[in-house]
Parts: sequence; structure tokens; C-alpha cells
Amino acid sequence: MANAKKMDVSDEVAIQIEKMNKWYGSFHVLKDIDLTVYRGERIVICGPSGSGKSTLIRCINALEEHQQGKITVDGTHLSSDLKNIDAIRSEVGMCFQHFNLFPHLSILENCTLAPIWVRKIPKKEAEETAMHFLEKVKIPDQALKYPGQLSGGQQQRVAIARSLCMQPRIMLFDEPTSALDPEMIKEVLDTMIELAEEGMTMLCVTHEMGFARQVANRVIFMDAGQIVEQNEPEEFFNNPQSERTQLFLSQILGH
Amino acid sequence: MSKLSYVRTEMLPEQAPPVAQAGIVKWLRENLFSSIPNSILTLASLAFLYVILSHVLPWMFQSSWTANSLSECRSMIAAAYGEGTHGACWAVIRERFLQLVFGFYPAELYWRPIVAFILMLVALAPVLFDKLPRKMLWFSAIFPFLCFWLLWGGSIWVPIVALAGFVLGGVAYALIGAKFGNLPATIAAFLVPVLWWLLLANPVSNGLHSIIPLGLEAVESAKFGGFMLSVLIGITGIVMSLPIGVLLALGRQSDLLIVKAICVGFIEFIRGVPLITLLFVASVLLNYFLPPGTTFDIILRVIIMVTLFASAYMAEVIRGGLAALPKGQYEGADSLGLDFWQSTRLIIMPQALKISIPSIVSTFIGLFKDTVLVSIIGLLDPIGLTTNIRADAAWNGIIWELYGFIALVFFIFCFSMSRYSMYLERKLQTSH
Repeated sequence: MANAKKMDVSDEVAIQIEKMNKWYGSFHVLKDIDLTVYRGERIVICGPSGSGKSTLIRCINALEEHQQGKITVDGTHLSSDLKNIDAIRSEVGMCFQHFNLFPHLSILENCTLAPIWVRKIPKKEAEETAMHFLEKVKIPDQALKYPGQLSGGQQQRVAIARSLCMQPRIMLFDEPTSALDPEMIKEVLDTMIELAEEGMTMLCVTHEMGFARQVANRVIFMDAGQIVEQNEPEEFFNNPQSERTQLFLSQILGH
Repeated sequence: MSKLSYVRTEMLPEQAPPVAQAGIVKWLRENLFSSIPNSILTLASLAFLYVILSHVLPWMFQSSWTANSLSECRSMIAAAYGEGTHGACWAVIRERFLQLVFGFYPAELYWRPIVAFILMLVALAPVLFDKLPRKMLWFSAIFPFLCFWLLWGGSIWVPIVALAGFVLGGVAYALIGAKFGNLPATIAAFLVPVLWWLLLANPVSNGLHSIIPLGLEAVESAKFGGFMLSVLIGITGIVMSLPIGVLLALGRQSDLLIVKAICVGFIEFIRGVPLITLLFVASVLLNYFLPPGTTFDIILRVIIMVTLFASAYMAEVIRGGLAALPKGQYEGADSLGLDFWQSTRLIIMPQALKISIPSIVSTFIGLFKDTVLVSIIGLLDPIGLTTNIRADAAWNGIIWELYGFIALVFFIFCFSMSRYSMYLERKLQTSH
């Protein structure tokens, strides 16, 4: 399994973060983050709440602004230039804890909106692509309903399909299963696993350690705004080096 | 098997809910006579209703529609229903109906406001009901100019040249946008029409008129009045205040300091000043500030003031809608790469406006009713006309009938707006 996971990782750099620092007011949230993500890598980021893991991945598509350091996504340097930011956002898909679907649009319209307006794809073609991805997340029959009529798990799968419709090269997941019932977590994780198997570059903030073991090729542990430890999942779970990591793992796996 | 363990072997099928025992007796029991205090309240309310209606209904129906003066009216009612009967003199409505509707608009030209009103309904229809063909919106866009021409008359070239200003603005935006980018294009789209209207519009329309003299008989603003004036000011104010309010609300949230300061200053100033004051400014003061020799129509000035007043309120109402949107909606739109105007137009505004529909319609209704305030600066809206009518010796002393009729017409307009907003809310309901 571990070998199979490594195979499709290339040497090409997808995301490069160098010496990145971020403050909320005077509070130092992210401290000297250095991270290189290669194309095809699946990275799981975990850590206690308030450790800055969500903030980190939200910096990658500039939902949060960083104050120091350099972020390069797909060769594009992330500056405050709005054109650059929109270009990066259209290449980087993101799924949120609360799905953030647009409640006034149908499922299909949710999926076709960005391709039509950002990519300027004809409506017909965008709808075909949308149906393709809705079939992939196994809810094509809900296409004409509205988000409010779907269960949480279905909504999160729509959110994944919506991001995929932009044909992103990188996917970010910000605790995608934390707001879901246990029965629905599995259907979302299955979709994510399928995506990982196709070689999508993924950064995933999650507490689903089973998922980390199964698909990640790197697990990153963060605490107090810093990367404390990163390793392959086998090593990370069986042989954590830092004391802080050991404590965290014993707390989430110990019961 | 122990008593604590239990296994369900088959799942229960869904059943219809129990049918409530229907019948009028049950309804009466539940709603009107459920307890002794409730029964007492019901009976007291019925007695109260009886007292009110026993006075109002005879007054309304033991009335006269045919008399030509108040005294004739009274004698006709006395003859028909007995001496001492108090009856309504609806005859004043019959006799002054056209005046209440059109003011002093020339009678032989009544067809023009009537056509304008019918066309207004046609122009509003595609905006109000999205099932209608979208191409009708083109007519809605032209209608304001057509309506202006129909009501005020004059050369047809004036509205056409004014419309050309917008077309020029669009052309300038497209041409300069392709060459120099967005910001210069926006500035050009604003400057070109303004320059056109200020410098070229007059000579061009005069020139065209001397070549091809097409036009209607001109009617001056002083002849406008009645419900025509209320609808003209009210609907223009309503249609203009919504987009201006949206822009002000967005400006107030903007990161651009100067834009934000201007919007906040405008909103707070306009909201802090009574509408009457603004109307006096429109009628009296504005002339001092305008360059000498410019004639700036009084109705136009009033419309501008009413619109500005309503849009300040509108901005705050929409800001409430924006504040009620979860932050996730902005982030969802941002994460897909939509730019500011795209996400505002496609994601944020549709939802913010939907949330604010009840308050928006309240503001509209308030604005429409506020149009009667123009009577204070001497315009002859229905309320202004009542003074005129009562100044006539024949109708001196009549009060209830006139105000009652005006109230009824306003109620019909406002109630339809309220009903429409409820229809819209139901239609936009997308959860369950």
C-alpha cells in the first residue's frame, strides 16, 4: 500500500511555502511555515484546535492574507495582485466544513456557475461536465434540487463536485467531515479516497486518522502555529518522535 | 429472552396523519369559545364590530352619487332616506374623478398618461415576473424615455438624444475597456454621457428637431397632478432607489476609504434630515445653486430628492441583508475564483436582497405614501387637490369622502405591493 501511494508522486512542485508568517492583529498564528507539496501528494494536516491548520490551508488560496514569507502555487507567486489571486483560486479547489453551497441555486447551477463565469465555458458544456462529476460523487439524480433539500453528506459531495467542475490541479479540504453525522462521514471519505486514487494533489485538514492511514503519503502535525512533525503515516502513527505528537495521538486514538 | 432485550423484526410502514375531526362547530369551539374568558372576548368584539359597522355602513350606502354640490347632496339624501340621515356624498368623487386622477392635465390629451400607464404595466411585468420572455426587458429599458415624452410632450428628439447618452457611455466603455483596461473604461463610461448631456444634447436635439420636426404638444409640469403625479413620483423613486441603494450599501462595506466615507456621509446625512426639508430644498433652494438661466423642472427635482431619500433607507435595509449572509458564502464564491462583481451579482446580492424583501417593500410602501408630502411645496397631488376642491363653493365642507377615497386608492396600491412581496418570498423559498 505504502509503495502504491508513493508511485504517483512526481518531483514537480505544486505548492511551495517559504518562511510564511501570519498574525491576527498582534496574535502570531503561523510561525515560519516551510512546506513543499509535490504534484500528486496527499497530505493530511492534524493538530489540536487553534493550532493554525485551517489558517494554513486558507492562506494557500488567499482566503487569509499572510504578512511575511512567500507562497507559490503552481508556479504562480501569490501576491496581493487580485488577478494572481483569482488565477490561483480557479486552479485550487476548496471544500469547507460547512459546505458553503449557494442555497439560492440548484445543485446543477452550483456546479456550473464558476465554469461559466470564470472559465467562460458554454452553458451546455458546463452542464455536461457538471453531470459527469455529479455522477462521480453518486448524486446525479439530485441535480435539480436545492442544497437545502439535501442531507449533509450529500451537500458535501456536491461541494466536492462543484470544485471538481473547475478542473482544479490541487484540492484543499478544511475539515470536510467535522459537521457530519457518522453515517455520512463515510460517503464523503469514500469520495475523497476515490479522488486520491486518481492522483489529485490534496491537502486535507481532518481528524479522520483512518483516512490519513489509508490515503495520505504524508501526515503533518501542527501545534501553536508551527509544524511540529511530519512523516509518512506508518511512521507517524507507530513511532511519533515529538512528545507533543505522542500526547496528541494518545488523546485522539486512546479511547 | 431477558426483558431488556428487544429486536424489531419488521419496520413500520409510513401512515397518513390522523384526519382532524372537521366541522364548523369544532372550529368555533377551538377558535372562538375555547374558554369562558375567550367567549366573553368574542362576544365583546362582536358587539364592538356591530357598533362600528352600524354607523359606517348606512353612511356609506345611504349616499348620493348624482348631486352637483354639497347642499344638493344633503337635500337628496334627506329626500331619499328621511330628514336627519347622515350619508356620504360620493358625488364629489364622481364629479372630480378626472381631476383627482390627472390634475389639470389638458382633457383632450388624457390619452397620453393612459397610454403611458398601460405601457408602464407592460414594462414592469418582465421585471416582476421572471416567467415572461426576457426580451421584454429591452422595452422596460426604453420605457422611461418613452414615458417622459408621452407625459411632457415636446420634440421626440429630446428623449432620444438623452437615451443616446447611455448608448455612448456603453460604447465608450467597450472601446476604452478593450484598449486601456477596466478603470479608465469605467471613468469614460461615466464621463462621456455626462459631457454629452451637458454640452451636446441640447444643440443636437434642437438641430435634429429643425430637420425632422416630430413631436407632441408640450404640457408643462404645473398642469400635472392627481394620482398620475403620485404614481409618477412613486414608481420612479421606487425603480431608481433600489439600484442606488445597492451601490450605497456596497460602498459602505468597501475597503476603499474615500468611497466608504462618501457613502456613509451620504446615508447618514439624508437619513438624518426630514423629507419635507429636502422637498423645500428642491422647490426653493436648488434654484440658487443652479447656474442662472437653467430651468430645472420642479417635478424632476422632487423625484430626485424622493429617490435620494429612499435610497439612503434602502442602503441600510440592504446592508442588513448583507450582514445576515454567512461569511461562508463570500468564501465559497472566492474559492471558486469569482471576482468581486461576479460574486456580488451572482451569489451575494441575490441572497441579501431575498433576505431583505420584507424591509425593501416596506421602504417602497413608505416612499409611495410619502409622495403626498409634495402637496406641502404646492404640487397638486391628490392631497393637494383636496384643498382646491374644498375651496370650490359647491364642495366647501366636504372631508371624509375625499380623504376616504384617496386612502382607498393608496391602500390598493400598497396592498398589492405587499401581496407581491409575499408571492416573491414564497417563490424564492428553496429549502424544502
